[in-house]
Amino acid sequence: MPLETPVAAPAAAPVVTRTAARERAARNRKFTVYGARAGVLVAFLGLWELSARSGVIDPFNFSQPSRIWAQIWQWITHGTAQGSLGEQIGYTLYEALTGWVIGVTCGVLLGIALGRIRFLADVFGPYIKVLNAIPRIVLAPIFLIWFGLGPASKVASAVVLVFFPVFFNAFQGAREVDRNLIANARILGADNRKLTLQVVIPAATTWIFTSLHVSFGFALIGAIVGEYIGATKGLGLLVAAAQGTFNAAGVYAAMTILAVVALFTEGLLTFAEKRLFRWKPADSGDGR
Amino acid sequence: MSGLTTTAPAIELTGATKRFRTPSGTLHTAVRDLDLTVAPGEFVAVVGPTGCGKSTTLTLVSGLEEPTEGEVKVHGEHVEGINSQVGFVFQQDAVFPWRTVLSNVMAGPRFRGVPVAEARERARDWLSRVGLAAFEDRYPHQLSGGMRKRVALAQTFVNDPKILLMDEPFSALDVQTRALMSDQLLELWAGTGSSVVFVTHDLDEAIALADRVVVMTAGPATVKQIFTVDLPRPRTVEAVRLEPRFVELYREIWASLGEEVRITRERGAGNAA
Repeated sequence: MPLETPVAAPAAAPVVTRTAARERAARNRKFTVYGARAGVLVAFLGLWELSARSGVIDPFNFSQPSRIWAQIWQWITHGTAQGSLGEQIGYTLYEALTGWVIGVTCGVLLGIALGRIRFLADVFGPYIKVLNAIPRIVLAPIFLIWFGLGPASKVASAVVLVFFPVFFNAFQGAREVDRNLIANARILGADNRKLTLQVVIPAATTWIFTSLHVSFGFALIGAIVGEYIGATKGLGLLVAAAQGTFNAAGVYAAMTILAVVALFTEGLLTFAEKRLFRWKPADSGDGR
Repeated sequence: MSGLTTTAPAIELTGATKRFRTPSGTLHTAVRDLDLTVAPGEFVAVVGPTGCGKSTTLTLVSGLEEPTEGEVKVHGEHVEGINSQVGFVFQQDAVFPWRTVLSNVMAGPRFRGVPVAEARERARDWLSRVGLAAFEDRYPHQLSGGMRKRVALAQTFVNDPKILLMDEPFSALDVQTRALMSDQLLELWAGTGSSVVFVTHDLDEAIALADRVVVMTAGPATVKQIFTVDLPRPRTVEAVRLEPRFVELYREIWASLGEEVRITRERGAGNAA
């Protein structure tokens, strides 16, 4: 009987089945988690849609998922009042990215410099604290006056939001380098420049990268708020325009697009971090 | 050995004193009026009660710290800043975690401006001498404690130090690994003709390795007594431990060291009360 052949390997079977069972259990758990996640989303959207349709909540204020989706779809297929949707996303991303790069560069350079040079830290420390104490989002209108409706004012508000967290992390990172590593590098023959470039900066990258994650979110906020206050293009303007015409679905649709964009860039950063930190032991925790 | 080192002692400390300001603002004397001379090619072990200031002595010789009073000379010259002839093996892990094993060992020559190809060749040579040739692409976190220590040894030896300072380098290792590492150290050192100052709290280790054992007093540290270890070389740690002369020396030195340990312990108990 050809169907009976699998019986031939009983000796290896227990080991194989145990490993296989464990793998299957892990896979099942994964599916359960993903399934539950999808379930939560579906339940949330379904409840929203249902309450809006049955009149429990007012769809004029709270909109409803089907309208939001219709709005997004309309933007995708017919473009927005200011031009195609891609162009708006591109504008916002361009402003956020430019602001982020400038803010990160300044933050890292100044943070490392002040962390390494005691004199600079003593002189500039109080000023940086004062600047940090200002709620920086209120600078957005000032930047609008200074730099006009174009991207420059949005880049500026992104820069001030990004700079401080990056600066403080780089500063802390440069300060907290293991003293043994510094002593070892000095004994091995590193001069001050090499010490900074080859010991302090690599040791501080962990600190700096933590701030990069948070700060990209800040850069997006800076760009959006800038656009919201006054702009000619961008997702923030889309929100403002939708709000101006009492189009709640438009506001939510713009928010949804923003969330997708932010998640996507976050994913890119995580990927870059994994490549850069191959020297670190893998996280023992699940991390999710 | 080069000509200039033959007359002057390798290391000479005269009346060296080091005081630190503690975080609470009081002055703490770590080392007091210390006189010590180490000849070229000599292996000196420094033993003393915990926290007495043994490590401070090493930082003075290395140039990482300056003495508050007194003089520190290396090869007849005043120590000012870090001396390029000095190698230092630290108690804690001090290899660079973001560099591979090979890159870690290349660090010293590269810091000193040796071209990449030559640095790599020298690093590979020392890695094979410490038995890590197969691990050059690993990162430190992928190695065991003993292997990381061997990386640290290779990293230090690759610079050809004329003076080797070791601050309880093997104290974090388990007993078997420690004996193995001690033998490896003796082997590596035998070819170099460099002077070694080896700080330890383990008297066994001190006698097995050294030509002379320096006993320090309870802190602030100063030299209490110096013993010459007249055991023949080449030695292996496990074998030399069983010789009657070793036991004799151990008894002699412990009589001196034990008293200081007791003083430190009583002080600690006094502080705790």
